[in-house]
Amino acid sequence: MNKHRGEQPLRPHQPAGARSLAGLLGVLALVALLVGGAWRYARQDIADNADRQALAELSAVLPASLYDNEPHRDVVQLDTGGGQPLPVYRARRNGIPAGAVLTVIAPDGYVGPVRLLVGISADGRVLGVRVSAHTETPGIGAAIAATSPDWLGTFAGRSLADPPASRWTVRSDGGDFDAIAGATVSSRAVVGGVRRAMQYFATHQDEIFARQDGTRGTE
Amino acid sequence: MNDVNPGKPGPGRILADGFWWNAPGLASLIGLCPLLAASRTLATGVALGLASLAVLCASNVLVAAVGHGVPPRFRSAAFLLLIAALVSAVDLLFQARWFDLYGQVGLFVPLIVTNCLILGRAEAFAVHQGPWPALLDGLGYGAGFTLLLGGLGALRELLAPVLLVAALPAGAFFLLAALVALRQAWHSRRRAA
Repeated sequence: MNKHRGEQPLRPHQPAGARSLAGLLGVLALVALLVGGAWRYARQDIADNADRQALAELSAVLPASLYDNEPHRDVVQLDTGGGQPLPVYRARRNGIPAGAVLTVIAPDGYVGPVRLLVGISADGRVLGVRVSAHTETPGIGAAIAATSPDWLGTFAGRSLADPPASRWTVRSDGGDFDAIAGATVSSRAVVGGVRRAMQYFATHQDEIFARQDGTRGTE
Repeated sequence: MNDVNPGKPGPGRILADGFWWNAPGLASLIGLCPLLAASRTLATGVALGLASLAVLCASNVLVAAVGHGVPPRFRSAAFLLLIAALVSAVDLLFQARWFDLYGQVGLFVPLIVTNCLILGRAEAFAVHQGPWPALLDGLGYGAGFTLLLGGLGALRELLAPVLLVAALPAGAFFLLAALVALRQAWHSRRRAA
């Protein structure tokens, strides 16, 4: 048995030998066994978890009483203005469009892009807004994602007519929405993202619900 | 670094060595990447610490069992592959069992592979030992690392509301430095006494 600690001198021309080969193959077999076994064991749970999480995220911006389909599986990928296709979840009741959840990315956060889920009812009102990913400063800009105090709640019930387009921004820009203290840039990015989602929904509503591709897709 | 003499250390000595005397985060200052990134709260710190502990123990035991069958010149590569496989397995199980927590620390779980502590213990200790001392070694180092990650996480979580910097990665550096200084002060006082 090899008991010394240092590297042995390299002798590249020496054949590895049957025993060393067996050792290497043993390690490879172990590797395959470990990863394969874990994957077999965990695969179903991971898929279930992802499904549950997708539904939970949507339920925050889409009241369950509104629909009877599975919005997290009724997905189309649409370019809502950010230059890349993002998931749009469609809620229907008895097959009739009830609302949709748009994923939008506000590129102009203070630190980086802010990813939003915006729930919009078929009659063009905001059902709810959640920040699904952001990199804003902890303790300052990160407050946009907080649920208490629920700053995002100020959007609920709003439409493109309420307030009118010119005031769909933060108060310091002459708009109707209070910015979070000390986080005007982050707040402005979110308000702008929600406004763009509303505008996209207003102009593309028929297309959103008519699109057939990607139904039952899971992102 | 007062490393273990790879002779026949007793079980208590093996445990204490990893846990305190040669503690990766506080004494030898290795494994800092996950330490600083994942110690934002107590929960994330402990979660990543336990994941590292699991990988470290499993890798130590497997390396002790099959490692000397691998020719020395292939060992780094073979052990790293083994560690990568273990981390993949832990990553999958983590996702399956603790999905909510995974959302917060999932980003750092694959990075356990890059924690040089694990490959280091495999090559410096486990390969020269039987599975039992290797397991103890893994437990000692892993527990010390978990305690530090959890402690740092708790400290940052407590301080974050009053001291903004504690929530930022830079704050983790400051707090870690404070902990290292405390440990050094305690040791030098003991040596002087």
